[in-house]
Amino acid sequence: MEAGAGPTARERRARLGLLACAALAFAAALASLAIGPVTIPVEHVLTILWRAVGGSVAGPEIGLRESVVVLDIRLPRTLLGLMVGAATATAGAMMQGIFRNPLADPGLIGVSSGAALAAVLWIVLAAPLAAALPAAIGEFGLPASAFAGALMVTMVLHVVATRDGRTSVATLLFAGIAFGAMAGAGTGILVFMASDQQLRDLTFWTMGSLGGATWAKIAAAAPFVLVLLALAPLLARAFDALALGEAAAFHVGIDVERAKRLAIAGVAAGAGAAVAAAGVIGFVGLVVPHLLRLLIGPGHRLLLPASALAGGALLLGADLVARTIAAPAELPLGIVTAAIGAPFFLWLLLRRRAELFG
Amino acid sequence: MYEAKDIDYAVSGRLLLDGADLAVRPGRVTALIGPNGAGKSTLLKVLSGELRPRRGRVLVDGRDIAALGPARLAQRRAVLPQDVQVAFPFTVAEVAAIGLPSGERAPSRIAEALARVDLAGFRDRPYAALSGGEQQRVQIARALTQLAGCDGPGYLLLDEPTSSLDLSHQLMVVDLARQVARAGGGVAAVLHDLNLAAMIADEIVALKNGQVAARGAPAEVLTDAIVADLYAVTARIGTAPPSGPFLLPQAMTRLRGGLAKAAEGGGGPPSAVHEPTRQ
Repeated sequence: MEAGAGPTARERRARLGLLACAALAFAAALASLAIGPVTIPVEHVLTILWRAVGGSVAGPEIGLRESVVVLDIRLPRTLLGLMVGAATATAGAMMQGIFRNPLADPGLIGVSSGAALAAVLWIVLAAPLAAALPAAIGEFGLPASAFAGALMVTMVLHVVATRDGRTSVATLLFAGIAFGAMAGAGTGILVFMASDQQLRDLTFWTMGSLGGATWAKIAAAAPFVLVLLALAPLLARAFDALALGEAAAFHVGIDVERAKRLAIAGVAAGAGAAVAAAGVIGFVGLVVPHLLRLLIGPGHRLLLPASALAGGALLLGADLVARTIAAPAELPLGIVTAAIGAPFFLWLLLRRRAELFG
Repeated sequence: MYEAKDIDYAVSGRLLLDGADLAVRPGRVTALIGPNGAGKSTLLKVLSGELRPRRGRVLVDGRDIAALGPARLAQRRAVLPQDVQVAFPFTVAEVAAIGLPSGERAPSRIAEALARVDLAGFRDRPYAALSGGEQQRVQIARALTQLAGCDGPGYLLLDEPTSSLDLSHQLMVVDLARQVARAGGGVAAVLHDLNLAAMIADEIVALKNGQVAARGAPAEVLTDAIVADLYAVTARIGTAPPSGPFLLPQAMTRLRGGLAKAAEGGGGPPSAVHEPTRQ
């Protein structure tokens, strides 16, 4: 007889899975700091990090060069990668929770497209103006523009899809697809208008890259990503309940409209920040939560933090491939995630077709 | 007492509820009956707070539910909706646990609720792999889990709780509803099966065209005349003491033209005549 008390096998596995995701993120961060044109032993990396935060350790003598590479070049990139991956995957898991559909994604409701269009607008039209502005303003023009784009799409979507205080998920989804298409057309026109130099910027940016990681970018994205990550666990029970539909979620005590508003705002902030910092990186928000549901189950209490950790790990892994496979040249990150993510996702769809659509 | 008073509810100009009342009393089971489109489910949804009425008020123990908010309302009543589609591959126990208040984990309460719906060994099965009737019983277990966590005995609202169930589990629902009432809870159930309604209910409320057409004890509402008026069928109601009135489906015939014809005839609900318990 089952006692009914104590964790089930699934709960134990889910907790182990969460720990594994944390270990994976840590390992990916170490690899990202150690691997590159100059390979730095992991123990050196750890020593450098420890000393950088003020710890003293009797360890190997470390050259200034290694220290500069780790702290000034690779650390910003690694942190930005973790943030972007965590934000993208968490935003994906949250969108799927609201839409009650494992195929939903910030890319799907046009948030990423809106952010991308605004950023491309900046590159093509405003950057010549920005050259005349002080350097600091020019630097922040691109991320600020992408933030604004993501936020604007989200707010307009909310107005379009909300009537009498209720958000229709179907309307939101279709309006999002329309916005995505419009933003894509706008981006296409701008690419057509762009000069050769701008085009190079655009390619790298619209396909995603962590190449431009700086502390300034991290500082700009951090508040948004932190808000998203702090918000996510508060909404975990709401997402579980929403899996039964909005009526049943209300019956068990969820303020459905409030939960949806919070989730939409959080997703816009997180996805906008990620797009602003690293460009459009597809499939992470779609594949990571999906894969984790297979491993640890669909309960959002563990799924959301696991998505953040695994998303960060996956993005760093993809970035590692992007910057080493054709070294010294660098592939756009979005190409790597799409090349790995798209066939994987297709395979997943075929395997689980009945479950998803049946 | 959990009551909806003088409710109007309209969707795109069509009046679905037209001054309907419903009172669910602690310790009693109320069955809602009536033809398709009479407004039974709509009235239950208004009662649950899911739909906001155009006119009228819903009070639970004297407090307006609009002022309570979803979380505190959920501590006073549990609801079994008509059709629940579960997104994502949850297990049976995980679905039942969604009835728990936030942050709470009570494996024993879930196990008890699953046992009460004959699903004791189903805890770790994927919900999607169950039959329709088993899924409906999981949803009943979820509502029972929520009810067990309510402040006091609480209220249980059931919208067609037996629609996918076999004969034995239909009787299980009757027993569960009676148990909840015996423990001091109030139960409201939308039912199509009049025999089941007669077995389960202390009071039957019959709706037609968004209005209460009749209310009272089963023997008072389930009469030849009222059933004929509600459903446009001729039926002979039998009585088998001590279990109350019953209808034999074999002994019924549809009136020619059905409900549409009967409505045309302008008979109107004989509400004044058949409301013995109205105060």
